[in-house]
Amino acid sequence: MRDLIYYLAQGQEFLRHNWRVSLSGAPFDKRVVLRDSLAVAIPVGTYGAAFGAAAIGSGFSILQTCLLSLLLFSGASQFAVVGVIGAGGSALSAIATGSLLGLRNGLYGLRMAPVLSLTGFKKIIGAQLTIDESTGVALNQEVKGQAASRYGFWATGIGVYLFWNLFTFIGALGAKSIGDPSAWGLDAAVPAAFLGLVWPRLIDAKSKLVSISAAALALLLIPIAPAGVPIIATALLAIAFGWRK
Amino acid sequence: MSALWIATLVTSAICFILKYIGYSLPESLLNKPQVQRINSLIPIALLSALVAVQSFSAEDSAVIDHRLAGVAVAAVALRLGANFPTMMLLAAVVSAVIYRL
Repeated sequence: MRDLIYYLAQGQEFLRHNWRVSLSGAPFDKRVVLRDSLAVAIPVGTYGAAFGAAAIGSGFSILQTCLLSLLLFSGASQFAVVGVIGAGGSALSAIATGSLLGLRNGLYGLRMAPVLSLTGFKKIIGAQLTIDESTGVALNQEVKGQAASRYGFWATGIGVYLFWNLFTFIGALGAKSIGDPSAWGLDAAVPAAFLGLVWPRLIDAKSKLVSISAAALALLLIPIAPAGVPIIATALLAIAFGWRK
Repeated sequence: MSALWIATLVTSAICFILKYIGYSLPESLLNKPQVQRINSLIPIALLSALVAVQSFSAEDSAVIDHRLAGVAVAAVALRLGANFPTMMLLAAVVSAVIYRL
């Protein structure tokens, strides 16, 4: 994630100096785009091991854990589903939290649609690969033209998909062999994962304010609302804070 | 079907539909700054709430235990620029050590 922010920042720097060369059919160096894509895909993919371990710790089977990575394929939503269930929340709370976190991928699709112009089967595959990382790299490569942007999207999307699923399986197997992580006192790993996911998004005063308010609201609601509800309720906070500039 | 299976399959289906719908909506939606702002704040609110709930909740009350130490160490590690796996490993090890004390 940190790499991604770095690449996005680099992209803006590139844009400042080379804005004239932005042509949609311009030739580009595939090796450079591939290198950039893999630099994001490999480290992000290895975090799949953390997800695999967290899912097993929350009581999911190896099959369910692997299906979450294969079918859901969106890190924050996956962690949310297993986190909510692991904390005793209902299936409905897990579905609502995971889906709300998946909303942003829809907006990424909206942004990528004119760049990729997909139809039929390719649209299904492209949609499934539309996540933070593939969209981030694609937008970062846009300064080199649409062909480079498309290449970056597919290379990163496919790369993250392969590594994320491979490492999910490895993490799940590893966690199965050590047993229940909370019996070892290892259960801080899950909130730490969420902290690692939110950290790069705290870029200005407003985002930090929303973060602290949401954490406070969720804590206040723990004793009075059913498990899972304290989390979903904070989406209203995001809407309220985002309504006006 | 168990709650775990329902959560796994239904969330997967909804999240795929959300991704797919993005490719089918009018592009003009993107030009609404309000949509953009709310879209970037929703994951911040939910993930922050998840940090809080996962750090403090036990049944239906809030408690302070070994998890808080782990999360505090994670925050320091992130502040110092640690990568994701290092940060998680540190959090797990610190919370495990405190749990054993």
